[in-house]
Amino acid sequence: MVYFSKEHEWVRVEGKTAVIGITEYAAEELGDITYVEMPREGDLFARGEVICEIESVKAAGEVYAPVSGKVIETNPLLVDEPEQAGENPRQEGWILKMEISDPSETGGLMDETDYSRYLETLG
Amino acid sequence: MELIFEKSVEERKGARVPGGVSVPADIPPHLRRKEPPSLPQVSELDAVRHFTALGRMNFSVDRNFYPLGSCTMKYNPKVLEKAAEEEGFLSAHPYASVIAPEKVQGSLRLIYELEEMLAEITGMDAVSLQPMAGAQGELAGMLMVRAAHEAAGRVKDHVIVPDTSHGTNPATARMAGYEVVTVGTGRDGLMDYDEFIRKLGPSTAAVLMTCPNTLGIFNPAVDKIAAAARGSEAFMYCDGANLNALMGKFRPGDAGFDIMHVNLHKTFGTPHGGGGPGAGPVCVKEELREFLPVPRVVKVKDRFEVVEDRDGSIGRLSCFFGNFGVLVKAYAYILLCGGEGLELISEMAVLNANYLKEKLRRFYEIPFGEGCLHEFVLSASGLKKHGVSAYDVAKFLIDKGIHPPTVYFPLIVSEAMMIEPTETESKQTLDAFAEAMKEAAELASRDPEELRRAPRGAPAGRLDETGAARSLKLASLE
Amino acid sequence: MRPITAVTWKPLVNLPHTPDEVAGMLRRCGVSSAEDFFSAIPGRLRPEALNLPGALDEQEMLRKTRTLARLNSPLISFCGGGFYQHFIPAAVDAVASNPEFYTPYTPYQGEASQGTLQALFEFQSAICRLTSMEVANGSVYDGATALAEAALMAARITGRRKIVIERGVNPLYVKVISSYLRYCGCFPALAKAVSVSPESDALPEEADDSAACFIFQNPDFFGNIRDFTEAAAAARKRGVISVGSVYPVSLGLLKSPGEMGADIAVGEIQPLGNRLSFGGPGGGFIACRKKYVRKLPGRIAGETRDASGERGFVLTLQAREQHIRRERATSNICTNQNLCALRALVYLTLIGKEGFVSLAEKNASLAACVSEKLKKKGFGIENSGPFFNEFVLNLPVSAEKAVSGLQEKGFLGGIPLGRFYRGMDNLMLTAVTETRTKEEIDRFAEALGEMV
Repeated sequence: MVYFSKEHEWVRVEGKTAVIGITEYAAEELGDITYVEMPREGDLFARGEVICEIESVKAAGEVYAPVSGKVIETNPLLVDEPEQAGENPRQEGWILKMEISDPSETGGLMDETDYSRYLETLG
Repeated sequence: MELIFEKSVEERKGARVPGGVSVPADIPPHLRRKEPPSLPQVSELDAVRHFTALGRMNFSVDRNFYPLGSCTMKYNPKVLEKAAEEEGFLSAHPYASVIAPEKVQGSLRLIYELEEMLAEITGMDAVSLQPMAGAQGELAGMLMVRAAHEAAGRVKDHVIVPDTSHGTNPATARMAGYEVVTVGTGRDGLMDYDEFIRKLGPSTAAVLMTCPNTLGIFNPAVDKIAAAARGSEAFMYCDGANLNALMGKFRPGDAGFDIMHVNLHKTFGTPHGGGGPGAGPVCVKEELREFLPVPRVVKVKDRFEVVEDRDGSIGRLSCFFGNFGVLVKAYAYILLCGGEGLELISEMAVLNANYLKEKLRRFYEIPFGEGCLHEFVLSASGLKKHGVSAYDVAKFLIDKGIHPPTVYFPLIVSEAMMIEPTETESKQTLDAFAEAMKEAAELASRDPEELRRAPRGAPAGRLDETGAARSLKLASLE
Repeated sequence: MRPITAVTWKPLVNLPHTPDEVAGMLRRCGVSSAEDFFSAIPGRLRPEALNLPGALDEQEMLRKTRTLARLNSPLISFCGGGFYQHFIPAAVDAVASNPEFYTPYTPYQGEASQGTLQALFEFQSAICRLTSMEVANGSVYDGATALAEAALMAARITGRRKIVIERGVNPLYVKVISSYLRYCGCFPALAKAVSVSPESDALPEEADDSAACFIFQNPDFFGNIRDFTEAAAAARKRGVISVGSVYPVSLGLLKSPGEMGADIAVGEIQPLGNRLSFGGPGGGFIACRKKYVRKLPGRIAGETRDASGERGFVLTLQAREQHIRRERATSNICTNQNLCALRALVYLTLIGKEGFVSLAEKNASLAACVSEKLKKKGFGIENSGPFFNEFVLNLPVSAEKAVSGLQEKGFLGGIPLGRFYRGMDNLMLTAVTETRTKEEIDRFAEALGEMV
């Protein structure tokens, strides 16, 4: 199941694990991504906290933890090819994996249809 | 072009170090470096040719129209440079100010008098010339805000800034330990007053405003805003980046502002030097005088002394008097112009901006178009349908020998181009610029590809900024 | 309201408008006077005419500034303390007075600023080579603020707040650091007892695993040459960033911060081709290991390619900076001391590799020679180990008194250390550079001898 946040992150829930990335909308807003500053594996984050930062030439964006939990893996590909986070945001460009501490938090997120509607409201 | 290091030839020499042959110093090997630092080895002529060639690759005020919004790229008379080249100023050691003040009365007097002049121009009571740039002037101001609140036992946690503010404003507030609360802009281009009142509260430490704001618009309710801030025991801070619009017409100190910094390199005759050095004096009302940075120059009868420490002061932001050499030029500029001259400068700066705005409004959207002062912001979003951006227009202007305006700022205008012609440009220059902007707009619809390829005649073609940020080659090492 | 007439702008040298043009432009704007543009400013906020002197012509103005400059009396300087008089080749002034360098703005538009950008890149490279570091910024305001910014940078890297400052750091720099740290959650930890000669170069115990950084200076404020190699290694074990503040001229000779294993190196570029100018403008540099570059504040030029594949330069890593990141920026700084950095680069280029080494040797040997001479006259030298070009004289009278006596004889004698440290009232910090002649040194020694 894939969920979306208002801050333009996607979350794919696989059991107790959440795979997190940014959406195409966020990628477009940022432009060419040049660097992804990752948290350390093992770090804990509450929902809504800044979990990593993404830099492009003319912008910097924060990724907020869409759910609470512990970082268990960061995408090693993005060290050398940070642009993947923007060019293939749903596949190779995933950012990190978290161990979800409270599965009920996904209730506060949107599904694909709701997210598309939400994007329309942004114009 | 080759780097200077790539022109190096072993054993070649530029300057001869004075003092004859040197005796090796008696320093034990373990304190010495292993290899000498690999500096270039070139002749004086090699060096002069190299740097002269580099200079030719720059656009500069002395060669190009430079309507860079918010930066006030005016032409500064050469005599100001001459004034600053006096050996008496250049050779003074800063420690002389405290161990031999009798021997540096000229420098101390200049500091004292320039402070008085700036106080008069801004309507403030006391000035420190120490801050070395506008951003450091802001830092001084915000540290004083915090110190004054703490001295009075007031607990504050945030400052209010309009969303059109310079990026330094929020960054500075943070350095003083304050959170930042942003207020939006209304259709009139002014800070939304109702939203401001809603966000203003007992924990507001200060309100930072730029006068006129970064859209070039003056807020007529400024004294009302100041009164409201005062009601919440918040200080009013004026970012003086745009003072060139207001000299003799408006003094922030008269309207309830408590603190202001002034950018001498914008308004007062000191060239930007390719990014610095500048100077950002901070001016305050009486209530904040005791918090000004030290050291302070004071007048005792007919002579000048230096006070190094003072209770309440936020301390030192520089070892001594900041960028003194820049202060000399500003002092000379004010002498050269006089009070009336400064007022006329503001009038002509504003006339030039309005004239240009009138000429450009047929080709570009001007979102906050009514009544601008010394600068205005237009939007190139009308060209987007041709796949052309403000960035492309900027690069096109380079081919026309014009330095582009500030692009993509302020953030609230899409495809923003912020234009500040300054008072020193002639009508003919403004007309030529308007013509180039018109040509860009026409080319966007006729041959957008051509525009996206610009610049073609510049010292460099379009540069790959993304590649630079990804590969990070930041120095030539051994 | 004052109408615009030709008379009003007659004294001004720098306005091109003719009365006819003004009239035409006003018409085009649909107003009758420039005054109309200011109608948004309510009448109640309009000032009287500015109470400033009337405009002067060039000649009058220069007479006035020259008169002020001549109120400063030349002094033969044996004073340092972070500001040093060095020889400056004439070509430095020639290059820096090129308006193509001094009249542009910050090089945001790379294609129109290749000269400034390449010079910045070369400056960064020269600083890296001097300090043995991998990256450097394009300069900040001065050496003191460079050190303050480095402390904040260490706090960002480590997430810690204690800033440990070694006893030999310039006390004025310590004051500036304290002002910068005051409200941002960091606090300085200072050595309590200070003596001229260091007891050891070891890592102070305050630099424990709660410290963000350990700041040292070499040569230290008293001129002593120090070696913090072991301290830097010990700091690294505790996760503490080591920051070395250096006098760049000494780097022709002395072990660099990078060789000592420091993570960050800072310094003041005034001694590299910039005039004393009463303390400014000079500039500060910050260099560091590459892995910390994203925490490094200030302008940075980077190499790239242009559309035709040619090498070019741009301002890079801008996502760290205030105009993009606003309150989350690495610093509020948005300029560098560009022209001063250019002077430093031209200076280093002209002095060159061999010259720079011989310059440092000359300074050190000259200072040693002067100290010997004074020793023979019966003065004590407080430094127990080697020093670079500055040392501490122990006088039989108060140093304040000595300094004011020397001043009357035309010397800026040195810094009375009692200004900064207790129990040092008779100590004077004295510097000797290659600009001092044998004759000046003899007269200085004589003048000192007469004083006591």
